[in-house]
Amino acid sequence: MTELQAEQGVQALEVPHEAKTRRNRDALIALAVFVVLALLPTVFSSKLLLDFVIRCAAYGLFATSLNLLVGYTGLISFGHGMFFGLGAYGFGLMMQKTGVPVPVAFVATLGITFAVALVIGAICVRLKEIYFAFVTLAFQMLIHSTILSWVSLTGGDQGLRGGIPRPPFLGIDLSNQLHLYVASCALLVIGLFLMHQIAQSPFGYTLRMIRDNATRASFIGIDVWRAKLTIFVLAALFASTGGIIMALFVSGAYPEFAYWTISGEGIFINMLGGVTTFLGPMVGTVLLLILNDTVTRLTDYHGLVLGIVILFFAIGLRKGLMDFVVEWYAQRRSGGGERG
Amino acid sequence: MDLDALTGCLASSACLVTQTTSGFIIGMLLFLVAVGLTLIFGVLKVVNFSHGAFYMFGAYFAMTAYQFSGSFALAMLCGAAGTAILGLIFERIFMSRVYGADVLMQLLVCYAFVLIFDDVVRMIWGPEFKSMGMPAAFQVAPLFIAGGVVPPYYLLLIGVALAAAMILGLGLARTRIGKVIRAAAHNPGMVSALGINTGLIYGGVFALGGMLAGLAGALAAPVRSLTPGMGFSVLIESFIVTVIGGMGSILGALIGALLIGLIRSFGSLGFPLFTEGLMYLFMVIVLVSRPTGLFGKEVA
Repeated sequence: MTELQAEQGVQALEVPHEAKTRRNRDALIALAVFVVLALLPTVFSSKLLLDFVIRCAAYGLFATSLNLLVGYTGLISFGHGMFFGLGAYGFGLMMQKTGVPVPVAFVATLGITFAVALVIGAICVRLKEIYFAFVTLAFQMLIHSTILSWVSLTGGDQGLRGGIPRPPFLGIDLSNQLHLYVASCALLVIGLFLMHQIAQSPFGYTLRMIRDNATRASFIGIDVWRAKLTIFVLAALFASTGGIIMALFVSGAYPEFAYWTISGEGIFINMLGGVTTFLGPMVGTVLLLILNDTVTRLTDYHGLVLGIVILFFAIGLRKGLMDFVVEWYAQRRSGGGERG
Repeated sequence: MDLDALTGCLASSACLVTQTTSGFIIGMLLFLVAVGLTLIFGVLKVVNFSHGAFYMFGAYFAMTAYQFSGSFALAMLCGAAGTAILGLIFERIFMSRVYGADVLMQLLVCYAFVLIFDDVVRMIWGPEFKSMGMPAAFQVAPLFIAGGVVPPYYLLLIGVALAAAMILGLGLARTRIGKVIRAAAHNPGMVSALGINTGLIYGGVFALGGMLAGLAGALAAPVRSLTPGMGFSVLIESFIVTVIGGMGSILGALIGALLIGLIRSFGSLGFPLFTEGLMYLFMVIVLVSRPTGLFGKEVA
């Protein structure tokens, strides 16, 4: 799989024209997916389904951005959830305290995330492997503790309450569930499209090289620290967008959004869906949310069932669902080729 | 923030003694959990994310044994031995399957067991807060040292933890088994080639780590409330301890645990809401200045 991707990467470098057609094709697919999602409410009018897709958008953006770090760059971040929380709190506070229009608050929140991720990233990406995981975890908990203790600004352990005002702009009213649904789908599709472009770009292949052999990458003149920092900040921006969707959805922000379990869930989603394909985390998100919803409804012992499912993936399959499917498909195809 | 309370306490010997003892208690319990974590990491190269569950089981085993027998010594023994057996089973059946796999897979197996163990405890002992109660032998008047109040049980706790640290340190440095364990940590392939059963060593080290965490839980049972999920905060804190002290270092775990204990007890006076934040801040500072921890060896 990786060899195949690497081959494509070489082609993309040599033949810019082909890269352009691929980008156009991606854009077309993205547009088609968006249209299908946007038309979904006309077929199924269930509010539960719309809520489900909105949550998928929030967690999906978060998990896919984490995969840019874990799967593509080999940076196992245990603190990626801090940017999810930062997005939710930044956006919520901006809307509550300043009353600026939604798009301004959106851009400003991304601006704040950019600045924070730049500082934290500059400190973290120097460290290797397990130490990188620990220091990102420490930063996550530092932000969580700050949220808990800065009661006058964040409401402490009660979270941001009283609802987030969502004044209409350009005819879009985000307090309307349908409008929020379409906006979340748009953000999800745009986010996935942009992340796919990053993953397929020459920069994306630089990241894979750093993952596979950082020493070699630095020998051929790649500034590893800079590349790692760049993807750390980019991933933070997408995670923050996920947090903003979540804040809009629940009309508030809670300390749990910045707790380390969010990062843990993100890693879990990635493992569930698989890290070798771009859409793996998205599949994992849908799986985990369905699993969570059904298990919570069926039994009180939610952790027991979830734990057994995780064990099945970790010890039974030893890989994510998408990895498994892709391998199975590749095997079947090569098997078929031999016979043919 | 309440800096007056902190400076006021630092000026009074009574408060100083009380806070230092409570810092030592937190530190010693953390040390017992963290040293198991660091030992398992040092030998098996696995970050045992489910280590907090052993602390929890130790406390529950001790409580049940105490309720049935009324003997404090038996309660401690049950807490330690029960978790040792649990650790051995857990390692041999589940963890040993993912040694060669990705670090993420190992974490995932542990994460699964954190969820499963918490629910198992909820099933057996119920979701509500439980308390073991202070054994009669220790229901005596507290000691007064320089005006500060020190319950006798605290002294026992500190004594047991220090004894465990010394036995462990000497055992690893001087005995034959200790040497084999250190050799297995260094080069498992060679140890195995010399005809020593490394699977047995791995299981044994995991059981030892589980036992120490279980002992910590059992010792904590009389002074803390028991609840499913109680292992979690302890796990996170002992992670901080091992990271600060250096993964794989016993001395580092001891110093790190005492530092964290003191930060907690004095920090709760000066920064009641930001006590946890102080620990994480300290961890960030240590990691940034010395990525391998205070006593960790440089890894190539």
